[in-house]
Amino acid sequence: MFDSGKVIAGLIVFVVLATLPLWWGTLTGKESTVPDPVLPPALAGQHCVLSAEAMRASHMDILNEWRDRVVRDGERIYTNEDGREFVMSLQNTCLGCHTNKAEFCDSCHDYLGVKPYCWECHIIPEEGR
Amino acid sequence: MSVDRRKFLKLAGIGTVLGVTGKAATDALGRSAPDPGDYKQPKTGKRWGLVIDLRKWSHEDSHAVREVCDQIHNIPHVVDEDGNVDSKREVKWIWDEEFAHAFPEAEETEFLAEKLKHMEIPVMCNHCDNPPCTRVCPTQATWKRKADGVVMMDWHRCIGCRFCIAACPYGSRSFNWFDPRQYIHGGDQSKWNLDYPTRNVGVVEKCTLCEERLAKGEQPACVEACHAGAMVFGDLADPQSDIRKVLKDNFAIRRKPGLGTQPEVYYIV
Repeated sequence: MFDSGKVIAGLIVFVVLATLPLWWGTLTGKESTVPDPVLPPALAGQHCVLSAEAMRASHMDILNEWRDRVVRDGERIYTNEDGREFVMSLQNTCLGCHTNKAEFCDSCHDYLGVKPYCWECHIIPEEGR
Repeated sequence: MSVDRRKFLKLAGIGTVLGVTGKAATDALGRSAPDPGDYKQPKTGKRWGLVIDLRKWSHEDSHAVREVCDQIHNIPHVVDEDGNVDSKREVKWIWDEEFAHAFPEAEETEFLAEKLKHMEIPVMCNHCDNPPCTRVCPTQATWKRKADGVVMMDWHRCIGCRFCIAACPYGSRSFNWFDPRQYIHGGDQSKWNLDYPTRNVGVVEKCTLCEERLAKGEQPACVEACHAGAMVFGDLADPQSDIRKVLKDNFAIRRKPGLGTQPEVYYIV
């Protein structure tokens, strides 16, 4: 094998660089942790529009559905599976309870690198930025 | 009863404390979610229209309607470096035009009534029955609602191509050349209407006939803000409605009727 020293050294460098993202966090102790969105204490025991699992999985679909129903179809009221009614509004209904966007929305969105542009228009209450 | 200085200061102090704590208490409670009950009795009509009675219209009305509309819809007040209104980039939902601009055919009238010549005419989106703006929209971000005839905007969907601005013969549409938020009360969020969104840069906006108020059974804000009877709102498709009665009894004109857009805003001169 010609230049075996260079080839093997090169391979080692490549493997180290290619796998860097996998072990860098552990090595530097900056391991990222899955965020746990903070609910305000006042909301303990209250029910959201859907169950927590359903909201976690599909809140973005619900928001899209609400947007289309309100803006395009002129509907305002959403009835959930328990028969409870809600006004379909991100800015008023969602943020009415989840007042702290920074702790609630952003904690997951930042972790996942998602940048929803809802907030370019929908106003976040001052204290929840 | 006489109030000496000492007593006055005491009362003023108590008043201030009450006011401050009251505000703090409402702030701490936060905004509660809106009540679905508010939307149980929406205003329903097949063809919304407006009559503006210029005989009853005053400068104060013009001021009041613009004020309330700008406030509740978070409409930016675009100014240039010197703080003057930037007329090329201004965002307007309802505003004043001089008579000859609002009704260009009036130039044919050689001896126009003096009062009209100098009058500020309130103009807005006409929510045309045959709107040219909706036909040119490539994304259907603006369309005429089948149920009640409101020419609606979906700001989520607008791509900012401005075809609708070119198509509208009334100049009723405005483009956001900048992030509008810096121009809403100078960017001071505490003065915004937190119940209504703002728009973002690159989006066209216009009057939506207060459809968010109609959904609650309320009249458009301008109709409530002006003198009683100076503006009449109602269903043009209903022969028994107030607006039809007003139109039956008075001669009313519309802006640029020759274009065939069938504007739904009538003016009694």
